Amino acid sequence: MKRNLGICAFLLGGLLFSGIARGQNQVPPRPSAYATAPDIPFTSVPNFIKLPTGLYLGEGIGVASNSKGHFFVFTRSGRTRLFEFDRTGEFVREVGDGLYAFEMAHGVRVDPQDNIWVVDEGSNMIVEFNPQGRVIMTLGRKPEAGGGRIPATPANGTPPPPAQPYFFNRPTDLAWDPAGDIFVADGYGNSRVVKYDKNGMFVKAVGTKGKEPLQFDTPHTIAADAQGNVYVGDRGNRRIQVLDNDLNLKKIIDNVGAPWAICISPGPHQYLYASNSNPDTSDSRYFPVSGEIYKMELDGTVLGKFGTPGKLLGEFSTTHWIDCRHENELLISEITSWRVQKILLHPNAASPRASK
Amino acid sequence: MNVRLKFSVLLLALLGAGALHAQSELSYDTNSTFLKWPEHIYMGEPAGVAHNSKGHIFVYTRTGSVNVSTGSSRTFVRGGTRLFEFDQNGTYVREIGQDIYGFVWAENVRVDPQDNIWSVDSGSNMVIKFDPQGRIAMLFGRKPESVTVPTMPPESRPAANAFGGRGPGAGVLGDNFGSPADVAWDAAGNIFVADGHGSAGNARIAKFDKDGRFVKTWGSYGSGEGQFNTPHAIAVDAKGTVYVADRGNKRIQVFDNDGNFKTQYTGLGSPMAMCITPGPHQYLYASNSNDAGNYDNGEIYKLELDGTVVGKFGSAGKGPKQFGTVHAMDCQSENELYVGEVLNWRVQRVTLHPGGGRSAK
Repeated sequence: MKRNLGICAFLLGGLLFSGIARGQNQVPPRPSAYATAPDIPFTSVPNFIKLPTGLYLGEGIGVASNSKGHFFVFTRSGRTRLFEFDRTGEFVREVGDGLYAFEMAHGVRVDPQDNIWVVDEGSNMIVEFNPQGRVIMTLGRKPEAGGGRIPATPANGTPPPPAQPYFFNRPTDLAWDPAGDIFVADGYGNSRVVKYDKNGMFVKAVGTKGKEPLQFDTPHTIAADAQGNVYVGDRGNRRIQVLDNDLNLKKIIDNVGAPWAICISPGPHQYLYASNSNPDTSDSRYFPVSGEIYKMELDGTVLGKFGTPGKLLGEFSTTHWIDCRHENELLISEITSWRVQKILLHPNAASPRASK
Repeated sequence: MNVRLKFSVLLLALLGAGALHAQSELSYDTNSTFLKWPEHIYMGEPAGVAHNSKGHIFVYTRTGSVNVSTGSSRTFVRGGTRLFEFDQNGTYVREIGQDIYGFVWAENVRVDPQDNIWSVDSGSNMVIKFDPQGRIAMLFGRKPESVTVPTMPPESRPAANAFGGRGPGAGVLGDNFGSPADVAWDAAGNIFVADGHGSAGNARIAKFDKDGRFVKTWGSYGSGEGQFNTPHAIAVDAKGTVYVADRGNKRIQVFDNDGNFKTQYTGLGSPMAMCITPGPHQYLYASNSNDAGNYDNGEIYKLELDGTVVGKFGSAGKGPKQFGTVHAMDCQSENELYVGEVLNWRVQRVTLHPGGGRSAK
């Protein structure tokens, strides 16, 4: 038995080595918090979302709930679409059908006033809908389509044009502080965080592409706490950078893997969730080192973890978004499985309760 | 209190009589939720807005997405732009021109004195006249069969045309437009098209008679008198004088009905949208719209037709009474305007309070 393990380790090492030798990306090790973080028992609600006949979810890009328990799913379906469901998962309506800004979904959040905000990395726009589903504010502007020309896709490695205050380059996410100031993670093209006041007027921006503190390599997800601190999931650098309200660096959390999705729960005691998602490249070498979601105190203290990569109910296949309006009742959407799961955490249970 | 009030009034009167008369702030209010949209229709960028004789409002807007499809050797585009009608109370009436061949990239819509609806589209290079029932009555220009992929160099400009010597951007002697921007008519029904846009479009005015026959064209790319750098809006007064918002040159050029240069008005910023009021005493409104990348400028000027500035109002922003890149302006009357903003995806109904003195908050 021991000998077999040794042979396996040898073979695995050889495979990894040959991978490196062929110039492939090195698979990162398990996040350092993994070994010590206790497992949080959890269940996934079966058949949670009920879609009408003829309606399908595509890639589960974003999910966000409002104060009434309704939730919104932003999905890359045949086209990018935004659907509303009630708290039991029944379909309510579509919002923004055929919207000018819907090209390539990337994120959705609901603010404390129940306005729905979507981030579209194809149109480079952020759109705010009021609770009735009408547009009340836009940020950024979709590039013009006129003139009988289609811009060529830039060659790989082409540096992005200089960032500008009111234009995004493939933005990913946004958050608000208690004053209503807006923080945008921008994004795949730019590598920065931009702050606007609640009226959408530019305040400041920080960040360029790189590995140094206050540099970013795909700021992919962003959240703010009740004190107005801003948490940026710096995915490519496998760290969360914590900024104060004026976008000065306060702290770096680098022991929980690549943060694809982060979320901060509301209420007097806030928690930070971060997903070290299994990548959407379907590279099976990552299966042993990713897929779990961490629960932390805001100071980065890891309280626990849950989840493994996979396609089954209760497994996570490239988690792209987390909604954590309730500390132990999370909504999780996945790119490579076209679904939204409702996850019930049972932190005090010796064994998981049966979920309804 | 009384004394202080009197002093304030006196001060205001003195200021008003002073050098500020040309830049006085006009008092105004706006209704930014005037148009009531059906549940599943969203406005997008309202490039054009216009009213007809019944007070109905037409909005020509960039909504949805331009669809690109590949043929065997070429790439085709369609869609992305729609035309909607509302009644005088802002209630939705109908859509016009669903999925037609010439709707790609909205630039403007205007309604002529006979209530025909004219759309100007810089994606299809077409100006389309709809009759009041919404059926196509006359077409100008032709949509390019396919689009170029990848992009032509952005600074390339069509060379002087085959008719020779009239300069880049002068177009051909006809209605083959290059990214047209606006349309207007004189009292006889002659048609004037502002053509067109940006670095790769034309830079000229094309005139047609009321039956659509080409009359003449004037202008080319440049900054001299009678030259243009994006003629983005056009209006004609009751006498047939032609006003062209020469956006890139930061001026309004004034021509007689045959295209002879008369004068130009400057100091009004970059006029993006423009309209002339109806009635015996006509006024010209021109918007110094902010660029999409900042919130500078944004004020709208009210002028006498001779260029005297009566006053101005507004500033750039996202709130009520602010303007986010005004692209369309319609003068329903001297004091009632419709303003379409591409950054804010809305049409505001502006009511000016002449002689109000104070700016309503």
